[in-house]
Amino acid sequence: MEASQTAVNGAASATASQLLVDRSHRETIGQQFVENPRMTCRNVDVYYGDKRAINNVTLDIGSNEVIAMIGPSGCGKSTFLRCLNRMNDYIDICRVEGEIRLDGQNIYSGEVDVVPLRAMIGMVFQKPNPFPKSIYDNIAYGPKIHGLVATKSETDEVVETSLKKAGLWEEVKDRLDQPGTGLSGGQQQRLCIARTIAVNPEVILMDEPCSALDPIATSVIEDLIDELREQYTIAIVTHSMQQASRVSQRTAYFHLGDLIEVGTTDQIFTRPGHQLTEDYITGRFG
Amino acid sequence: MSDSTINAPASLAAMPSKRTIDVVNAGLAKRYRAEKRFRIYGVTAIILSLCFLTLLFVDIISKGYTAFWQTKVRIDVHLDPEVLQGENLQTADYPGLVKKSIRNLFPDVQGRKDRRLLNGIVSSGAAFQIRDLVTANPDRIGSTVQLWVPADDDVDMLMKGHMPRDVPEDERRLNDKQLAWIDQLQREGRLQKTFNRILFTVGDSREPELAGIMGAVMGSVYTLLITLVLSFPIGVATAVYLEEFAPKNPWTDLVEVNINNLAAVPSIVFGLLGLAVFLNFFGLPRSAPLVGGLVLTLMTLPTIIIASRAALKAVPPSVREAALGIGASKTQMVTHHVLPLALPGMLTGTIIGMAQALGETAPLLMIGMVAFIVDIPGGFTDPSTVLPVQIYLWADSPERAFVEKTSAAIMVLLAFLMTMNALAVFLRKRFERRW
Ligand SMILES: Nc1ncnc2c1ncn2[C@@H]1O[C@H](COP(=O)(O)OP(=O)(O)O)[C@@H](O)[C@H]1O
Ligand SMILES: [Mg+2]
Repeated sequence: MEASQTAVNGAASATASQLLVDRSHRETIGQQFVENPRMTCRNVDVYYGDKRAINNVTLDIGSNEVIAMIGPSGCGKSTFLRCLNRMNDYIDICRVEGEIRLDGQNIYSGEVDVVPLRAMIGMVFQKPNPFPKSIYDNIAYGPKIHGLVATKSETDEVVETSLKKAGLWEEVKDRLDQPGTGLSGGQQQRLCIARTIAVNPEVILMDEPCSALDPIATSVIEDLIDELREQYTIAIVTHSMQQASRVSQRTAYFHLGDLIEVGTTDQIFTRPGHQLTEDYITGRFG
Repeated sequence: MSDSTINAPASLAAMPSKRTIDVVNAGLAKRYRAEKRFRIYGVTAIILSLCFLTLLFVDIISKGYTAFWQTKVRIDVHLDPEVLQGENLQTADYPGLVKKSIRNLFPDVQGRKDRRLLNGIVSSGAAFQIRDLVTANPDRIGSTVQLWVPADDDVDMLMKGHMPRDVPEDERRLNDKQLAWIDQLQREGRLQKTFNRILFTVGDSREPELAGIMGAVMGSVYTLLITLVLSFPIGVATAVYLEEFAPKNPWTDLVEVNINNLAAVPSIVFGLLGLAVFLNFFGLPRSAPLVGGLVLTLMTLPTIIIASRAALKAVPPSVREAALGIGASKTQMVTHHVLPLALPGMLTGTIIGMAQALGETAPLLMIGMVAFIVDIPGGFTDPSTVLPVQIYLWADSPERAFVEKTSAAIMVLLAFLMTMNALAVFLRKRFERRW
């Protein structure tokens, strides 16, 4: 079934965008699967109470790739992203069904502890949310609670390398003891990324990380994401199609809780396979 | 005000020629008037309450400030070795020594009745003062010492002008003869108003001039210590559990509703509860700060829990997400991030609760903290009373001199309250993180 769809889609993309799948079709089309997946999601349903927010999503997230999730607001992008590191656990009415694996291990199975899981799958939020502590403590907190550092010099080192990777070191190295909340919005967001990197995760989830930032800060973060790809697997939710096309290798289009289409970013933006995808990227709704 | 804004789009649609700005301008004066009215209401309310507050303070202070001074009489006491013999220094006839010294000042006063009146000028506390002096320095026996001793409360009232002289003799507590003696003492420089140390160093007494508030102050301190030590940790722990960890089910809803109900229960009910549970069932001592503290803890807990939960609710979710997102456990999230941010609010709630507890009288009456207690309590199980109960007791006493004492005790209580509130403000500033 899935294989045949991929074949159909392959054919469609081959003959340009004329063979669009019509709007009522809700099975995912495109390349949901990759060769060496980092995370695999199979038939994921998410409910808020009785309301179904995510509907039977099957998707692979490959190693060292940036996958962008786009779609109209309220379509469940954040909900899906938050399933990937079980942030939805703390929403009482939220229920996740299906299977999500990280390196083959089902993260929703009983023996998986969320604490190490979140150390492996870090998250950067929409609004920059540094702790009301110093820049240094913001970075050092994660490594400290996970016991990754034992001495002051080790901590110093982690702080420095994390800030360097986040491209923030030069800007803040003289004021590490100052509050993280005193930085500009873009710097705060990079601080949050540095904080996530500091615990050395495998996967980084980003939920519209630039939506509160100005264009210049945004482009700095986009460059950063591109660099981070070499070391990490990144899933990024964005409402900006330019951003998706700039930073990601694959793009997934969500619509009202359904995963409509997945493909290489290139293909999605030039030859979308589904009518809804085309409507969205050509700006017919947003 | 509101109808102009609502009408604006409608009239705009009806008359496209009329510009929005004109419609807005037309309603502007009305809007400003309403705003001004509103401000005037607010300012009036503040002025009114300030007036009442000032009235209260002026009344209390004008009645009570004289209590901080006390009239003293200088007498020359001959520490007669015949009276102060050997081992019975504690039980010697000190009142006799005092009487003799007074009689020496007025050698021509004769007759039992007059002499009794004369002796009444000096407080019975003079005898204790001499006893303490002799016990401390036995070597001074045989010499004559000059002592300032407290005057009787009636003399004190006269000196402070609380007792009019120009009324018929039988309506006065001091008769003409006594007035003459007092005047003579004053001419000789034997009367003096000094700072009333007694008020701040001793416990209660039947004699107004010998009564102090130290017993009540210490009682309050011990009681509040118990209350603080119990109610703050229990209250905060309860709030944290309910707010952060408790599952949302009918059970926790029930607990929540009942905490809110408890906050509204009249305090005397807690007193009755304390009487039944702590005194009658557990057999704890009566009138003890320990039991008072337990009762006040029950009373204060709902306040602290409700304030602490509000403080926890006010911590932004982004901080929680940040902590969880980095892999902090829920407990780490609470202790490292949420609690520090909620602490100022929790402290404020606690101090408000403690201030309530400090002023509470009714529940303590039920557990016997209303007894007449002379000794200053030295521990949590010693019988004692507390400041508001002391105020109640003094306000109930018939002697004129207790009126000023009552006001003085109220001032001390208010000073305590203000200190606590200042502390609350200070702590909030200290722990508040602006970043
Ligand atoms: N905590 C929640 N409780 C109930 N419904 C929610 C909650 N969070 C999101 N939803 C609902 O789930 C749907 C998807 O939301 P979300 O994932 O935030 O969308 P997106 O991030 O794509 O804009 C929306 O309809 C939203 O109303
Ligand atoms: Mg979202």
